[in-house]
Amino acid sequence: MVTLALPRLLLARDSARRAGSMVERNVAALRSAYWIVMVGGFLEPLLYLFSIGVGVGALIGDIRIPDGRVVGYAEFVAPAMLAASAMSGALSETTFNFFGKMKFMRLYDAVLATPVRPMEVAAGELIWAMARGTVYAAAFLVVMTLMDLTSWPRALAAFPATVFVGFAFGALGMALSTFMRGWQEFDLIAAVQFALFLFSGTFVPAQDYWPPLRMLVEITPLYRAVDLIRGICLTSFGAVQVVDLIYLCALFAGGLALAGRRMARLLLK
Amino acid sequence: MSDPRPNVVRVSDESLVHARGLVKRFGDFAAVDGIDVDVRRGEAFGFLGPNGAGKSSTMRMVGCVSPPSAGVLRILGMDPARSGSRIRARLGVCPQVDNLDPELTVRENLTAYARFFGISRRVARQRAAELLDFVQLSDRASSRVEPLSGGMKRRLTIARSLVNEPEMVLLDEPTTGLDPQARHLVWERLFRLKQQGVTLVLTTHYMDEAEQLCDRLVVMDGGRIVAQGTPRELIERYSTREVVELRFPVPDQGAYGEKLAGVGERLEVLPDRILLYVADGDEAVAEVHRRSLGPSSALVRRSSLEDVFLHLTGRTLVD
Repeated sequence: MVTLALPRLLLARDSARRAGSMVERNVAALRSAYWIVMVGGFLEPLLYLFSIGVGVGALIGDIRIPDGRVVGYAEFVAPAMLAASAMSGALSETTFNFFGKMKFMRLYDAVLATPVRPMEVAAGELIWAMARGTVYAAAFLVVMTLMDLTSWPRALAAFPATVFVGFAFGALGMALSTFMRGWQEFDLIAAVQFALFLFSGTFVPAQDYWPPLRMLVEITPLYRAVDLIRGICLTSFGAVQVVDLIYLCALFAGGLALAGRRMARLLLK
Repeated sequence: MSDPRPNVVRVSDESLVHARGLVKRFGDFAAVDGIDVDVRRGEAFGFLGPNGAGKSSTMRMVGCVSPPSAGVLRILGMDPARSGSRIRARLGVCPQVDNLDPELTVRENLTAYARFFGISRRVARQRAAELLDFVQLSDRASSRVEPLSGGMKRRLTIARSLVNEPEMVLLDEPTTGLDPQARHLVWERLFRLKQQGVTLVLTTHYMDEAEQLCDRLVVMDGGRIVAQGTPRELIERYSTREVVELRFPVPDQGAYGEKLAGVGERLEVLPDRILLYVADGDEAVAEVHRRSLGPSSALVRRSSLEDVFLHLTGRTLVD
Protein backbone atom coordinates (compact mmCIF):
# COMPACT_ATOMS: atom_id res chain seq x y z
CA MET A 1 0.00 0.00 0.00
CA VAL A 2 2.74 2.39 1.06
CA THR A 3 4.85 1.43 -1.92
CA LEU A 4 1.95 2.31 -4.19
CA ALA A 5 1.01 5.54 -2.48
CA LEU A 6 4.51 6.95 -2.12
CA PRO A 7 5.36 7.41 -5.81
CA ARG A 8 1.98 9.03 -6.32
CA LEU A 9 2.60 11.38 -3.46
CA LEU A 10 6.00 12.26 -4.90
CA LEU A 11 4.42 12.89 -8.30
CA ALA A 12 1.85 15.21 -6.73
CA ARG A 13 4.65 17.03 -4.94
CA ASP A 14 6.53 17.46 -8.23
CA SER A 15 3.39 18.78 -9.88
CA ALA A 16 2.84 21.29 -7.11
CA ARG A 17 6.46 22.36 -7.34
CA ARG A 18 6.19 22.89 -11.10
CA ALA A 19 2.94 24.87 -10.73
CA GLY A 20 4.81 26.91 -8.14
CA SER A 21 7.61 27.67 -10.60
CA MET A 22 4.98 29.20 -12.89
CA VAL A 23 3.92 31.48 -10.02
CA GLU A 24 7.57 32.37 -9.40
CA ARG A 25 7.95 33.47 -13.00
CA ASN A 26 5.03 35.85 -12.51
CA VAL A 27 6.51 37.23 -9.31
CA ALA A 28 9.75 37.90 -11.22
CA ALA A 29 7.77 39.66 -13.96
CA LEU A 30 6.12 41.86 -11.35
CA ARG A 31 7.35 45.40 -11.76
CA SER A 32 7.10 48.49 -9.62
CA ALA A 33 4.18 49.78 -11.71
CA TYR A 34 2.07 46.84 -10.63
CA TRP A 35 0.82 48.56 -7.47
CA ILE A 36 -1.25 50.86 -9.72
CA VAL A 37 -3.14 47.83 -11.02
CA MET A 38 -3.51 46.62 -7.45
CA VAL A 39 -4.95 49.91 -6.22
CA GLY A 40 -7.37 49.97 -9.17
CA GLY A 41 -8.66 46.50 -8.36
CA PHE A 42 -9.20 47.42 -4.74
CA LEU A 43 -10.84 50.78 -5.42
CA GLU A 44 -13.47 49.51 -7.84
CA PRO A 45 -15.71 47.61 -5.39
CA LEU A 46 -15.11 50.28 -2.78
CA LEU A 47 -16.38 52.99 -5.13
CA TYR A 48 -19.49 50.93 -5.91
CA LEU A 49 -20.06 50.40 -2.20
CA PHE A 50 -19.91 54.11 -1.45
CA SER A 51 -21.77 55.41 -4.50
CA ILE A 52 -24.56 52.85 -4.60
CA GLY A 53 -24.54 51.18 -1.20
CA VAL A 54 -24.16 54.35 0.81
CA GLY A 55 -25.22 57.04 -1.69
CA VAL A 56 -28.22 55.43 -3.42
CA GLY A 57 -28.81 53.49 -0.19
CA ALA A 58 -29.64 56.78 1.58
CA LEU A 59 -32.54 57.27 -0.87
CA ILE A 60 -33.74 53.68 -0.58
CA GLY A 61 -33.51 53.39 3.17
CA ASP A 62 -33.80 49.97 4.75
CA ILE A 63 -34.84 46.83 2.90
CA ARG A 64 -36.28 43.55 4.04
CA ILE A 65 -34.06 40.54 3.34
CA PRO A 66 -35.42 37.00 2.75
CA ASP A 67 -35.02 35.88 6.36
CA GLY A 68 -37.41 38.65 7.39
CA ARG A 69 -34.89 41.03 8.92
CA VAL A 70 -34.71 44.66 7.91
CA VAL A 71 -31.22 45.93 7.13
CA GLY A 72 -29.59 49.03 5.67
CA TYR A 73 -29.10 49.00 1.92
CA ALA A 74 -25.30 49.24 2.24
CA GLU A 75 -25.33 46.11 4.38
CA PHE A 76 -27.24 44.34 1.66
CA VAL A 77 -25.01 45.49 -1.19
CA ALA A 78 -21.58 45.11 0.44
CA PRO A 79 -21.33 41.28 0.33
CA ALA A 80 -22.39 41.36 -3.31
CA MET A 81 -19.65 43.89 -4.12
CA LEU A 82 -17.18 41.59 -2.43
CA ALA A 83 -18.29 38.61 -4.53
CA ALA A 84 -18.36 40.69 -7.71
CA SER A 85 -14.86 42.02 -7.11
CA ALA A 86 -13.59 38.48 -6.55
CA MET A 87 -15.14 37.61 -9.90
CA SER A 88 -13.77 40.57 -11.85
CA GLY A 89 -10.30 40.30 -10.31
CA ALA A 90 -10.07 36.63 -11.20
CA LEU A 91 -11.48 37.14 -14.70
CA SER A 92 -9.19 40.03 -15.63
CA GLU A 93 -6.11 37.97 -14.80
CA THR A 94 -7.30 34.75 -16.40
CA THR A 95 -8.87 36.12 -19.56
CA PHE A 96 -6.95 39.10 -20.94
CA ASN A 97 -3.59 38.43 -19.32
CA PHE A 98 -3.68 34.68 -19.78
CA PHE A 99 -4.72 34.96 -23.42
CA GLY A 100 -1.94 37.47 -24.11
CA LYS A 101 0.66 35.23 -22.54
CA MET A 102 -0.57 32.22 -24.48
CA LYS A 103 -1.15 33.70 -27.94
CA PHE A 104 1.11 36.72 -28.19
CA MET A 105 3.98 36.33 -25.79
CA ARG A 106 4.15 32.62 -26.63
CA LEU A 107 5.21 32.21 -23.05
CA TYR A 108 3.76 28.77 -22.56
CA ASP A 109 5.44 27.34 -25.67
CA ALA A 110 8.74 27.86 -23.89
CA VAL A 111 7.41 26.58 -20.58
CA LEU A 112 5.98 23.40 -22.08
CA ALA A 113 9.39 22.48 -23.53
CA THR A 114 10.46 21.95 -19.89
CA PRO A 115 9.13 19.21 -17.58
CA VAL A 116 6.15 21.47 -16.72
CA ARG A 117 2.83 20.09 -18.04
CA PRO A 118 -0.17 22.06 -19.33
CA MET A 119 -2.28 21.33 -16.26
CA GLU A 120 0.53 22.58 -14.05
CA VAL A 121 0.77 25.79 -16.07
CA ALA A 122 -2.99 26.28 -15.68
CA ALA A 123 -2.85 25.60 -11.94
CA GLY A 124 0.12 27.93 -11.48
CA GLU A 125 -1.53 30.74 -13.39
CA LEU A 126 -4.71 30.31 -11.40
CA ILE A 127 -2.88 30.41 -8.07
CA TRP A 128 -1.17 33.58 -9.24
CA ALA A 129 -4.44 35.16 -10.35
CA MET A 130 -5.87 34.47 -6.93
CA ALA A 131 -2.90 35.87 -5.03
CA ARG A 132 -4.11 39.25 -6.23
CA GLY A 133 -7.78 38.55 -5.53
CA THR A 134 -6.89 37.46 -2.00
CA VAL A 135 -5.38 40.85 -1.18
CA TYR A 136 -8.49 42.63 -2.51
CA ALA A 137 -10.82 40.40 -0.54
CA ALA A 138 -8.95 40.91 2.72
CA ALA A 139 -8.83 44.68 2.29
CA PHE A 140 -12.51 44.94 1.37
CA LEU A 141 -13.55 42.80 4.35
CA VAL A 142 -11.60 45.04 6.69
CA VAL A 143 -13.44 48.08 5.27
CA MET A 144 -16.81 46.30 5.60
CA THR A 145 -16.13 45.45 9.22
CA LEU A 146 -14.92 48.93 10.07
CA MET A 147 -18.12 50.35 8.53
CA ASP A 148 -20.09 47.92 10.69
CA LEU A 149 -21.59 46.22 7.61
CA THR A 150 -20.62 42.82 9.03
CA SER A 151 -19.00 41.43 12.16
CA TRP A 152 -15.40 40.30 12.62
CA PRO A 153 -16.27 36.58 12.99
CA ARG A 154 -18.41 36.71 9.84
CA ALA A 155 -15.69 38.58 7.96
CA LEU A 156 -13.15 35.94 8.95
CA ALA A 157 -15.44 33.22 7.65
CA ALA A 158 -16.19 35.17 4.47
CA PHE A 159 -12.50 35.53 3.62
CA PRO A 160 -11.79 31.94 2.52
CA ALA A 161 -15.19 31.82 0.82
CA THR A 162 -14.32 34.90 -1.24
CA VAL A 163 -10.95 33.45 -2.20
CA PHE A 164 -12.75 30.30 -3.28
CA VAL A 165 -15.18 32.31 -5.40
CA GLY A 166 -12.15 33.81 -7.11
CA PHE A 167 -10.68 30.39 -7.85
CA ALA A 168 -13.95 29.23 -9.39
CA PHE A 169 -14.23 32.29 -11.66
CA GLY A 170 -10.53 32.13 -12.48
CA ALA A 171 -10.85 28.54 -13.66
CA LEU A 172 -13.90 29.50 -15.71
CA GLY A 173 -12.11 32.48 -17.26
CA MET A 174 -9.09 30.40 -18.17
CA ALA A 175 -11.23 27.74 -19.81
CA LEU A 176 -13.12 30.41 -21.79
CA SER A 177 -9.85 32.04 -22.91
CA THR A 178 -8.72 28.85 -24.59
CA PHE A 179 -11.73 29.13 -26.91
CA MET A 180 -11.10 32.77 -27.85
CA ARG A 181 -9.72 33.48 -31.29
CA GLY A 182 -9.00 37.19 -30.95
CA TRP A 183 -9.21 40.15 -28.63
CA GLN A 184 -12.62 41.20 -29.97
CA GLU A 185 -14.28 38.21 -28.41
CA PHE A 186 -13.26 39.41 -24.98
CA ASP A 187 -15.80 42.22 -25.36
CA LEU A 188 -18.40 39.51 -25.22
CA ILE A 189 -17.03 38.20 -21.94
CA ALA A 190 -16.99 41.76 -20.59
CA ALA A 191 -20.65 42.25 -21.60
CA VAL A 192 -21.75 39.01 -19.96
CA GLN A 193 -19.69 39.87 -16.91
CA PHE A 194 -21.41 43.25 -16.59
CA ALA A 195 -24.84 41.69 -16.99
CA LEU A 196 -23.99 39.24 -14.21
CA PHE A 197 -22.76 42.11 -12.08
CA LEU A 198 -26.08 43.97 -12.45
CA PHE A 199 -28.57 41.13 -12.20
CA SER A 200 -27.18 38.52 -9.82
CA GLY A 201 -29.12 39.70 -6.80
CA THR A 202 -26.39 42.25 -6.31
CA PHE A 203 -28.43 45.45 -6.12
CA VAL A 204 -31.95 44.02 -5.90
CA PRO A 205 -32.97 40.78 -4.18
CA ALA A 206 -33.45 38.23 -6.94
CA GLN A 207 -36.61 37.04 -5.18
CA ASP A 208 -38.34 40.14 -6.57
CA TYR A 209 -37.71 39.13 -10.21
CA TRP A 210 -40.30 37.64 -12.57
CA PRO A 211 -40.13 33.85 -11.77
CA PRO A 212 -38.62 32.57 -15.08
CA LEU A 213 -36.00 35.31 -14.95
CA ARG A 214 -35.32 34.50 -11.35
CA MET A 215 -34.69 30.85 -12.25
CA LEU A 216 -32.29 31.93 -14.97
CA VAL A 217 -30.44 34.22 -12.59
CA GLU A 218 -30.21 31.52 -9.97
CA ILE A 219 -28.24 29.21 -12.21
CA THR A 220 -25.58 31.82 -13.06
CA PRO A 221 -22.29 31.64 -11.14
CA LEU A 222 -22.24 35.16 -9.71
CA TYR A 223 -25.67 34.66 -8.17
CA ARG A 224 -24.35 31.59 -6.37
CA ALA A 225 -21.27 33.50 -5.25
CA VAL A 226 -23.32 36.48 -3.98
CA ASP A 227 -25.69 34.14 -2.21
CA LEU A 228 -22.78 32.38 -0.50
CA ILE A 229 -20.96 35.54 0.61
CA ARG A 230 -24.17 37.27 1.69
CA GLY A 231 -25.16 34.20 3.65
CA ILE A 232 -21.89 34.32 5.55
CA CYS A 233 -21.67 38.10 5.99
CA LEU A 234 -25.29 38.94 6.65
CA THR A 235 -27.83 36.15 6.99
CA SER A 236 -27.04 32.55 7.70
CA PHE A 237 -25.14 29.60 6.28
CA GLY A 238 -27.73 26.96 5.41
CA ALA A 239 -28.53 24.27 2.88
CA VAL A 240 -28.68 26.79 0.04
CA GLN A 241 -25.14 27.92 0.79
CA VAL A 242 -23.99 24.30 0.69
CA VAL A 243 -25.50 24.15 -2.81
CA ASP A 244 -23.59 27.34 -3.65
CA LEU A 245 -20.37 25.72 -2.50
CA ILE A 246 -20.96 22.55 -4.49
CA TYR A 247 -21.83 24.62 -7.56
CA LEU A 248 -18.60 26.67 -7.25
CA CYS A 249 -16.54 23.52 -6.58
CA ALA A 250 -17.85 22.02 -9.80
CA LEU A 251 -17.13 25.25 -11.67
CA PHE A 252 -13.59 25.29 -10.34
CA ALA A 253 -12.78 21.64 -11.04
CA GLY A 254 -14.49 21.62 -14.43
CA GLY A 255 -12.94 24.91 -15.50
CA LEU A 256 -9.41 23.93 -14.53
CA ALA A 257 -9.64 20.49 -16.13
CA LEU A 258 -11.03 21.99 -19.33
CA ALA A 259 -8.38 24.73 -19.39
CA GLY A 260 -5.56 22.19 -18.97
CA ARG A 261 -6.92 19.95 -21.70
CA ARG A 262 -7.54 22.79 -24.10
CA MET A 263 -4.04 24.17 -23.53
CA ALA A 264 -2.58 20.77 -24.32
CA ARG A 265 -4.62 20.67 -27.53
CA LEU A 266 -3.69 24.18 -28.58
CA LEU A 267 -0.01 24.12 -27.71
CA LEU A 268 1.05 20.49 -28.00
CA LYS A 269 -0.01 19.79 -31.55
CA MET B 1 47.49 26.61 -22.01
CA SER B 2 46.25 23.10 -22.42
CA ASP B 3 42.63 22.15 -22.74
CA PRO B 4 41.87 19.27 -20.38
CA ARG B 5 38.96 18.15 -22.53
CA PRO B 6 39.69 15.55 -25.17
CA ASN B 7 39.26 16.84 -28.68
CA VAL B 8 37.70 13.69 -29.97
CA VAL B 9 34.47 12.79 -28.28
CA ARG B 10 33.49 9.17 -28.37
CA VAL B 11 30.24 8.53 -30.15
CA SER B 12 28.55 5.60 -28.46
CA ASP B 13 26.11 3.15 -29.95
CA GLU B 14 23.41 4.30 -27.55
CA SER B 15 20.52 5.79 -29.49
CA LEU B 16 19.20 9.02 -27.96
CA VAL B 17 16.67 9.45 -30.75
CA HIS B 18 15.19 6.32 -32.24
CA ALA B 19 12.44 6.73 -34.84
CA ARG B 20 10.88 4.13 -37.10
CA GLY B 21 8.18 4.98 -39.58
CA LEU B 22 7.58 8.26 -37.75
CA VAL B 23 4.59 10.19 -39.10
CA LYS B 24 3.10 13.57 -38.24
CA ARG B 25 -0.20 14.46 -39.83
CA PHE B 26 -2.10 17.73 -39.64
CA GLY B 27 -5.53 16.85 -40.97
CA ASP B 28 -4.95 15.22 -44.36
CA PHE B 29 -1.49 16.70 -44.75
CA ALA B 30 1.47 14.55 -43.72
CA ALA B 31 4.19 16.96 -42.57
CA VAL B 32 6.42 14.02 -41.70
CA ASP B 33 5.73 10.98 -43.82
CA GLY B 34 7.40 7.93 -42.31
CA ILE B 35 11.03 8.56 -41.40
CA ASP B 36 13.64 6.33 -39.74
CA VAL B 37 16.28 8.13 -37.70
CA ASP B 38 18.85 7.20 -35.07
CA VAL B 39 20.90 9.78 -33.26
CA ARG B 40 23.75 8.39 -31.18
CA ARG B 41 25.10 9.85 -27.98
CA GLY B 42 27.83 12.40 -28.55
CA GLU B 43 27.24 13.10 -32.21
CA ALA B 44 26.02 16.21 -33.97
CA PHE B 45 23.14 15.25 -36.20
CA GLY B 46 21.55 17.48 -38.81
CA PHE B 47 18.20 17.66 -40.55
CA LEU B 48 18.61 19.43 -43.86
CA GLY B 49 15.81 20.41 -46.14
CA PRO B 50 13.92 23.24 -47.79
CA ASN B 51 11.11 25.03 -45.95
CA GLY B 52 8.17 22.73 -45.44
CA ALA B 53 10.27 19.57 -45.61
CA GLY B 54 9.08 18.51 -42.15
CA LYS B 55 12.18 19.41 -40.15
CA SER B 56 10.46 21.48 -37.48
CA SER B 57 7.62 19.01 -37.09
CA THR B 58 10.22 16.31 -36.53
CA MET B 59 12.04 18.47 -34.00
CA ARG B 60 8.83 19.15 -32.08
CA MET B 61 8.12 15.43 -31.87
CA VAL B 62 11.67 14.76 -30.67
CA GLY B 63 11.25 17.57 -28.12
CA CYS B 64 8.13 15.79 -26.78
CA VAL B 65 5.82 18.75 -27.40
CA SER B 66 4.03 17.19 -30.36
CA PRO B 67 2.59 13.67 -30.26
CA PRO B 68 3.49 11.50 -33.29
CA SER B 69 0.56 10.48 -35.50
CA ALA B 70 2.08 7.06 -36.20
CA GLY B 71 5.30 5.11 -35.93
CA VAL B 72 7.77 4.41 -33.15
CA LEU B 73 9.60 7.14 -31.30
CA ARG B 74 11.98 6.69 -28.36
CA ILE B 75 13.86 9.61 -26.87
CA LEU B 76 16.65 8.79 -24.39
CA GLY B 77 15.22 5.28 -24.49
CA MET B 78 11.79 6.41 -23.27
CA ASP B 79 8.37 6.80 -24.85
CA PRO B 80 7.37 10.50 -25.19
CA ALA B 81 3.68 9.63 -24.83
CA ARG B 82 4.29 8.20 -21.35
CA SER B 83 7.41 9.94 -20.06
CA GLY B 84 7.30 13.31 -21.82
CA SER B 85 7.98 15.31 -18.68
CA ARG B 86 10.91 13.10 -17.64
CA ILE B 87 12.44 13.26 -21.11
CA ARG B 88 12.06 17.03 -21.38
CA ALA B 89 13.90 17.37 -18.06
CA ARG B 90 17.03 16.10 -19.85
CA LEU B 91 16.64 17.99 -23.15
CA GLY B 92 17.58 21.50 -24.17
CA VAL B 93 15.41 23.15 -26.80
CA CYS B 94 16.19 26.16 -28.95
CA PRO B 95 13.09 26.73 -31.09
CA GLN B 96 13.07 28.25 -34.55
CA VAL B 97 11.46 31.47 -33.35
CA ASP B 98 12.88 32.92 -30.14
CA ASN B 99 10.23 32.75 -27.45
CA LEU B 100 12.07 34.56 -24.69
CA ASP B 101 10.04 36.11 -21.89
CA PRO B 102 9.63 39.82 -22.70
CA GLU B 103 8.57 40.66 -19.15
CA LEU B 104 11.84 39.43 -17.65
CA THR B 105 15.44 40.59 -17.83
CA VAL B 106 18.14 38.65 -19.64
CA ARG B 107 19.33 37.04 -16.40
CA GLU B 108 15.80 36.33 -15.17
CA ASN B 109 15.05 34.58 -18.44
CA LEU B 110 17.62 32.01 -17.40
CA THR B 111 16.87 31.82 -13.67
CA ALA B 112 13.09 31.61 -14.09
CA TYR B 113 13.55 28.94 -16.75
CA ALA B 114 15.86 26.95 -14.49
CA ARG B 115 13.09 26.91 -11.88
CA PHE B 116 10.81 25.10 -14.35
CA PHE B 117 13.33 22.26 -14.16
CA GLY B 118 13.25 22.30 -10.37
CA ILE B 119 16.79 23.68 -10.11
CA SER B 120 17.46 25.44 -6.80
CA ARG B 121 17.61 29.24 -6.79
CA ARG B 122 21.26 29.26 -5.79
CA VAL B 123 22.31 26.88 -8.58
CA ALA B 124 20.07 28.75 -11.03
CA ARG B 125 21.85 32.04 -10.31
CA GLN B 126 25.23 30.36 -10.65
CA ARG B 127 24.34 28.69 -13.98
CA ALA B 128 22.84 31.92 -15.32
CA ALA B 129 26.11 33.73 -14.65
CA GLU B 130 28.15 30.97 -16.31
CA LEU B 131 25.88 30.74 -19.33
CA LEU B 132 25.73 34.50 -19.86
CA ASP B 133 29.48 34.41 -19.87
CA PHE B 134 29.45 31.49 -22.32
CA VAL B 135 27.26 33.36 -24.82
CA GLN B 136 28.95 36.70 -24.13
CA LEU B 137 25.93 38.48 -22.72
CA SER B 138 27.16 39.16 -19.17
CA ASP B 139 27.15 42.91 -19.70
CA ARG B 140 23.48 42.81 -20.72
CA ALA B 141 22.34 40.67 -17.78
CA SER B 142 20.02 43.32 -16.33
CA SER B 143 18.63 44.48 -19.67
CA ARG B 144 15.18 43.56 -20.85
CA VAL B 145 14.99 41.18 -23.80
CA GLU B 146 13.31 43.51 -26.26
CA PRO B 147 16.19 45.90 -27.06
CA LEU B 148 18.59 43.02 -27.77
CA SER B 149 19.71 42.40 -31.35
CA GLY B 150 18.61 39.27 -33.20
CA GLY B 151 21.99 37.65 -32.61
CA MET B 152 21.88 38.40 -28.89
CA LYS B 153 18.37 36.99 -28.55
CA ARG B 154 19.48 33.85 -30.36
CA ARG B 155 22.45 33.44 -28.05
CA LEU B 156 20.23 33.97 -25.03
CA THR B 157 17.80 31.33 -26.32
CA ILE B 158 20.72 28.94 -26.74
CA ALA B 159 21.95 29.76 -23.23
CA ARG B 160 18.44 29.12 -21.92
CA SER B 161 18.39 25.71 -23.60
CA LEU B 162 21.51 24.77 -21.62
CA VAL B 163 20.28 25.80 -18.20
CA ASN B 164 19.39 22.24 -17.16
CA GLU B 165 22.72 20.84 -18.41
CA PRO B 166 20.94 18.75 -21.04
CA GLU B 167 22.29 15.54 -22.52
CA MET B 168 20.90 16.48 -25.89
CA VAL B 169 20.20 19.92 -27.33
CA LEU B 170 17.66 20.44 -30.12
CA LEU B 171 18.38 23.49 -32.26
CA ASP B 172 15.83 24.46 -34.88
CA GLU B 173 17.62 26.67 -37.41
CA PRO B 174 20.02 28.09 -34.83
CA THR B 175 21.55 30.75 -37.05
CA THR B 176 18.78 31.73 -39.47
CA GLY B 177 18.58 35.50 -39.75
CA LEU B 178 21.91 36.20 -38.07
CA ASP B 179 24.72 38.29 -39.50
CA PRO B 180 28.02 36.50 -40.26
CA GLN B 181 29.72 37.57 -37.01
CA ALA B 182 26.83 36.35 -34.87
CA ARG B 183 26.63 33.15 -36.88
CA HIS B 184 30.27 32.35 -36.38
CA LEU B 185 29.99 33.02 -32.67
CA VAL B 186 27.03 30.63 -32.42
CA TRP B 187 28.89 27.96 -34.41
CA GLU B 188 31.90 28.28 -32.19
CA ARG B 189 29.78 27.90 -29.05
CA LEU B 190 27.94 24.90 -30.49
CA PHE B 191 31.24 23.32 -31.41
CA ARG B 192 32.44 23.73 -27.83
CA LEU B 193 29.28 22.07 -26.56
CA LYS B 194 29.90 19.16 -28.87
CA GLN B 195 33.43 18.86 -27.56
CA GLN B 196 32.01 18.65 -24.06
CA GLY B 197 30.08 15.58 -25.18
CA VAL B 198 26.64 17.14 -25.56
CA THR B 199 24.60 15.51 -28.33
CA LEU B 200 23.39 18.10 -30.83
CA VAL B 201 20.42 17.74 -33.12
CA LEU B 202 19.92 20.65 -35.45
CA THR B 203 17.96 21.67 -38.50
CA THR B 204 19.33 24.05 -41.05
CA HIS B 205 19.20 25.04 -44.64
CA TYR B 206 22.67 26.48 -44.52
CA MET B 207 25.03 24.01 -46.09
CA ASP B 208 28.15 25.49 -44.56
CA GLU B 209 26.50 25.12 -41.16
CA ALA B 210 25.80 21.46 -41.82
CA GLU B 211 29.32 20.86 -43.12
CA GLN B 212 30.89 22.61 -40.14
CA LEU B 213 28.82 21.15 -37.36
CA CYS B 214 27.26 17.86 -38.38
CA ASP B 215 28.89 14.46 -38.09
CA ARG B 216 25.93 12.93 -39.85
CA LEU B 217 22.87 14.31 -41.51
CA VAL B 218 19.71 13.45 -43.35
CA VAL B 219 18.25 15.44 -46.21
CA MET B 220 14.47 15.77 -45.96
CA ASP B 221 12.08 16.71 -48.72
CA GLY B 222 8.29 16.57 -48.62
CA GLY B 223 8.25 14.86 -45.22
CA ARG B 224 10.59 12.05 -46.27
CA ILE B 225 14.28 11.35 -45.95
CA VAL B 226 15.82 11.45 -49.41
CA ALA B 227 19.47 10.89 -48.44
CA GLN B 228 21.64 10.35 -45.40
CA GLY B 229 25.28 10.06 -44.43
CA THR B 230 28.24 12.19 -43.42
CA PRO B 231 28.65 15.46 -45.34
CA ARG B 232 31.58 13.93 -47.25
CA GLU B 233 29.68 10.77 -48.12
CA LEU B 234 26.75 12.75 -49.43
CA ILE B 235 28.96 14.88 -51.63
CA GLU B 236 30.71 11.81 -52.99
CA ARG B 237 27.48 9.93 -53.60
CA TYR B 238 25.29 12.67 -55.02
CA SER B 239 27.75 15.02 -56.59
CA THR B 240 31.14 14.95 -58.27
CA ARG B 241 34.45 16.02 -56.86
CA GLU B 242 34.41 19.37 -58.61
CA VAL B 243 31.95 21.73 -60.25
CA VAL B 244 32.64 24.06 -63.17
CA GLU B 245 30.47 27.15 -63.42
CA LEU B 246 30.35 28.50 -66.98
CA ARG B 247 28.78 31.75 -68.13
CA PHE B 248 28.25 32.54 -71.78
CA PRO B 249 27.86 36.05 -73.18
CA VAL B 250 24.36 35.38 -74.54
CA PRO B 251 20.94 35.79 -72.94
CA ASP B 252 20.03 32.12 -73.44
CA GLN B 253 22.50 29.78 -71.80
CA GLY B 254 20.40 26.79 -72.86
CA ALA B 255 21.77 26.82 -76.41
CA TYR B 256 25.15 25.78 -75.02
CA GLY B 257 23.68 22.86 -73.14
CA GLU B 258 23.82 20.54 -76.16
CA LYS B 259 27.24 21.72 -77.23
CA LEU B 260 28.61 20.71 -73.86
CA ALA B 261 27.20 17.20 -74.00
CA GLY B 262 29.64 14.59 -72.78
CA VAL B 263 31.79 16.98 -70.76
CA GLY B 264 31.60 15.68 -67.20
CA GLU B 265 29.08 13.39 -65.55
CA ARG B 266 26.15 15.74 -65.34
CA LEU B 267 25.19 19.18 -66.53
CA GLU B 268 22.69 21.69 -65.26
CA VAL B 269 21.44 24.71 -67.18
CA LEU B 270 20.44 27.66 -65.02
CA PRO B 271 19.09 30.98 -66.29
CA ASP B 272 22.42 32.73 -65.75
CA ARG B 273 25.01 29.95 -65.95
CA ILE B 274 25.70 26.32 -66.68
CA LEU B 275 27.02 23.92 -64.04
CA LEU B 276 29.21 21.02 -65.07
CA TYR B 277 29.63 18.24 -62.51
CA VAL B 278 33.02 16.74 -63.17
CA ALA B 279 35.84 14.78 -61.56
CA ASP B 280 38.55 17.11 -62.85
CA GLY B 281 37.57 20.75 -63.29
CA ASP B 282 40.68 21.93 -65.14
CA GLU B 283 40.42 19.09 -67.63
CA ALA B 284 36.78 20.00 -68.27
CA VAL B 285 37.61 23.65 -68.85
CA ALA B 286 40.30 22.58 -71.33
CA GLU B 287 37.72 20.47 -73.16
CA VAL B 288 35.33 23.43 -73.29
CA HIS B 289 38.07 25.51 -74.87
CA ARG B 290 38.94 22.68 -77.30
CA ARG B 291 35.34 22.85 -78.47
CA SER B 292 35.95 26.62 -78.85
CA LEU B 293 32.76 27.58 -77.04
CA GLY B 294 34.33 30.70 -75.52
CA PRO B 295 32.61 31.19 -72.17
CA SER B 296 32.89 34.67 -70.67
CA SER B 297 33.88 33.07 -67.37
CA ALA B 298 34.79 29.60 -66.15
CA LEU B 299 35.05 28.95 -62.41
CA VAL B 300 36.29 25.66 -61.01
CA ARG B 301 35.31 24.92 -57.42
CA ARG B 302 35.00 21.99 -55.05
CA SER B 303 31.64 20.38 -54.89
CA SER B 304 29.68 21.35 -51.77
CA LEU B 305 26.77 20.07 -49.80
CA GLU B 306 24.72 22.76 -51.50
CA ASP B 307 25.14 20.96 -54.82
CA VAL B 308 23.90 17.78 -53.18
CA PHE B 309 21.02 19.59 -51.59
CA LEU B 310 19.86 21.26 -54.79
CA HIS B 311 20.32 18.05 -56.74
CA LEU B 312 18.15 16.14 -54.27
CA THR B 313 15.47 18.69 -53.48
CA GLY B 314 15.35 20.54 -56.79
CA ARG B 315 15.70 24.19 -57.60
CA THR B 316 12.02 25.06 -57.49
CA LEU B 317 11.13 27.53 -54.82
CA VAL B 318 9.15 25.88 -52.06
CA ASP B 319 7.58 28.01 -49.40
